Amino acid sequence: MPAQKVFAAGFIYVGPKGDYGYNQAHAQGAAVVAAMPGIKIREEENVPETEDVQKTMQSMIELDGVSVLFPTSFGYFDPHILKVAKKYPNVTFLHCGGLYQEGKHPANVGSYFGYIDEAQYVAGIVAGMTTKSNKLGFIAAKPIPQVLRNINSFTLGARSVNPKATTSVVFTGDWSLPVKEAEAANSLADQGVDVLTMHVDSPKVIVETAEKRGIFVSGYHADQSTLAPKGYLTGAEWNWGKVYSDYVSWIKAGQSYPHLLRGGFKEGFIKMSPYGAAVSGAAKAEADAAKAKLTDGTLVIYTGPIKDNTGKTVVPAGTVETQTDINLEKMNYLVEGVVGKIPS
Amino acid sequence: MTVASPQSSPPPAVGAHTRAAAGEWGARLAVAVEAIFVPLAGIAVSFALFGVFVALAGANVLDVYYQMYRGAFGSWFSFQNTLLRAAPLTLTALCTALPAQLGLVIIGGEGALVLGALASVVAAHALDGFNPWVVLVAMGGAACLVGGAWIGLQGGLRTLRGVNETISSLLLNYIAIGIFKHLVEGPMRDPASLNKPSTRPIGEANALGSIPGMDVHWGLAYGVAACFAAYVLMRRTTFGFAAKIIGGNVRAALLSGLDVHRIVIVTCTVAGAAAGLAGMAEVAAVHGTANASLIVGYGYAGVLVAFLARQHPLGIVPVSILLGGIGASGGLLQRTEHLPDATVNVLEGILFTVILASETLRGRLHFLSPRPVQNAPLPAAVETSRAA
Repeated sequence: MPAQKVFAAGFIYVGPKGDYGYNQAHAQGAAVVAAMPGIKIREEENVPETEDVQKTMQSMIELDGVSVLFPTSFGYFDPHILKVAKKYPNVTFLHCGGLYQEGKHPANVGSYFGYIDEAQYVAGIVAGMTTKSNKLGFIAAKPIPQVLRNINSFTLGARSVNPKATTSVVFTGDWSLPVKEAEAANSLADQGVDVLTMHVDSPKVIVETAEKRGIFVSGYHADQSTLAPKGYLTGAEWNWGKVYSDYVSWIKAGQSYPHLLRGGFKEGFIKMSPYGAAVSGAAKAEADAAKAKLTDGTLVIYTGPIKDNTGKTVVPAGTVETQTDINLEKMNYLVEGVVGKIPS
Repeated sequence: MTVASPQSSPPPAVGAHTRAAAGEWGARLAVAVEAIFVPLAGIAVSFALFGVFVALAGANVLDVYYQMYRGAFGSWFSFQNTLLRAAPLTLTALCTALPAQLGLVIIGGEGALVLGALASVVAAHALDGFNPWVVLVAMGGAACLVGGAWIGLQGGLRTLRGVNETISSLLLNYIAIGIFKHLVEGPMRDPASLNKPSTRPIGEANALGSIPGMDVHWGLAYGVAACFAAYVLMRRTTFGFAAKIIGGNVRAALLSGLDVHRIVIVTCTVAGAAAGLAGMAEVAAVHGTANASLIVGYGYAGVLVAFLARQHPLGIVPVSILLGGIGASGGLLQRTEHLPDATVNVLEGILFTVILASETLRGRLHFLSPRPVQNAPLPAAVETSRAA
C-alpha cells in the first residue's frame, strides 16, 4: 500500500451510537482509533443484521476505501461478514463475538470478545455489600450462555461477601425493549429489590427508572453514571479502545494479528465504572481486592462446588473452570441464589 | 353508459364519433400526464423541504444531494445496492396494494413475511438432500401457502365476521412474530446456535443465487414479476374487474351477484403469498436460516411503498427503487456528512406526507387539461340522448 494513503477503518453499529450501552461502548473504542495519527474512521449506525450490513461493508470498502472493518454486532458474523470477506481478501474484517474458527473461516477475518463477567462479579461484590434488603435484581434480554454467565457471576460475586443476597432475574426476550425493561425495573423495585443491574443493549431506561425509584443501580456496557448521579454504584464496562487501537496498529504495520482474541481485566478488555458516592469504603476495598485477584489469576469465578438454583451440582468440588473453559461457553443454568428460571 | 339504451339511440354521426374519440384520447393523455406529473412534483417538493431540513442540521445541501445520488445511483455498485434494498419491498408492498383494490387496508405484511420465512425453512429441512431446484420450489410454495393463509385469514375475518382488517392485520403481526420467536428459540432451534438462536441452516446447496451479471439475488426478479402479474390480474381480468367493483361499492357488487367473500379471501391470500415469498427470498438468498434478523420491518416499509405507489401494482416497482435508493444513500450521508441515521427517515416521512397530500391536486391542475370541462366533447351516447 502506498505510504501516503490515509489508513481508513470502518465501524458499523447495529443501534444508535449514543445508546448509553453496547453501541456506545464500541463507538468510544472507535473514537480512540480516530485519535491515532494517520488514521481516519468511517462510522455507520443502525445497520440491521441483513443484507444491509453486507452493502454497508462493501460501500465502506468501495466508496470510502477502508482497509479494516469492525462490524460490531454479534449477528453480523454469519453469513454477512463471511460472505463479504471472501469477496475482498485484502481487507481485514474484525468481529465482536469470538466466533472465528481457523480453517473454517476466511483468513482475513478475526473475532474478539471479552470476559465481562469478571466485571459483573466485581459489581456483584459492590451490590452485595450495599444492599439493605438483600434482594438484587437482574434484567436480562435472552437466556443465552453469555447472558446467563453474567447473571451467575454477578450473583456469585454478591454471595461471596453476603451469603444472604439473592438475585431476582427477569428476561425481557429481546435486546432492546425499553418499555418492558422499565416495567421489569418497576416490578423488581416493588418487590423490594434495592440494587438493579442488567444485560440489555441499552441500559438507559433501567438506570433512569432505578434512580427515579430511589434504588441503587450497577451499569453495563458503558458508563451510565450521569443518568443516575445518586444511585449509580459502579458498572461492568467494555474497554474496546485498547482492543481496537492494538488491532489497527498491527494491521497498519503489516504485522500478523491474532484471529481469535479474548481477554478480561488482565488483558485490558474490560473495566469498572468509577465508584459512585453510595459505595462504602469497605465495599471498595473488597471489590478492588477481587479485581486484583481476577487480574493476576488467583481468583477463578467458576470454582466448584457450585450448585444451580434447583440444587443440582453444576461444577463439582475440585473442578476449576477458568475463563477459557469450553463448558462456560455452553452455560445453561442459573446458580444457587438466583430467583427465576430459564424460559424454555 | 346507462343513459341511453342502444335501441332508442340512433346511430351517431361520423363527425361526433371522431370528435368523441379524439376527446377520449386527449383525456387519457391528460390523466397519464397528471399521474406522472403530480407524484414527480411531490418528490421535487419533498426534496426541497428535505434540503431546508438538512440545512438547518448544518449540512451543505448540494453536497447532501450529491452524496445521495452517489450512494443510490452514482455507480453500478451503488445501483445494485439500491436494487437489492428494493427487492423485498416490491413483494411486501403487494401485500397492501392488492387488498387495497378491494378498499381494504391490510398492514400485515410483516407477519406474513416472517411466517413465510419459517415455512420455507421447514420445507427445506423436510426435503434435505433433494435437488436444489426441488427444494427451492418447495420453499417458495410453502412460504406462499403460509403467508397466503395468514393474510387470507384476515380477509376472511373481514368479509365473514366484519372484523376491521387494519386492526386485525396489525395485531396479528405481533402474534406472527411471537410464534416465530417461540419456534426459533424453542422447538426449531439449532442447538449449535448458542448466542444467536436460529433454526438449522438450509444448506449452501439450497441457497438462492444472484441474477446473472449482477450482485442482486433473484428475489428482485420475483418481486418485479409479481408486480406485473398483479397488474394483469387486477387490470386485465374479470376477476380484477370484479375486485374493482367491490372496492368501489360492496353493496353494488353484492347486488350484481358477485361472490364478494370469495374474491376478498382470494385477493388477500394472493397478497399474503407475495409477502411470504419475500420471507423465503430473505432466507434462501441472504440468511440461510431463520432468526430474529428477519424481523426488520420490510412488511411495514411495504405499506409505505404501496401508499406512495397509490396502490398501483406497477407503480410499486419505481417506488421501491426510489426508497431502496434512499436507504442505500443513508449510510453515505452518515459517513461523509455526519448526519444522523434518522435523516433518511425524515425524507421518507416528508415524501409520504407530501405525496399523499398531493392527491388533492388531482383533477384541479387546469394547466394540465387546458380544455374547459363544459366544452369537452361528450361521449356519443350522451350527446345523442340529449339531442333526443
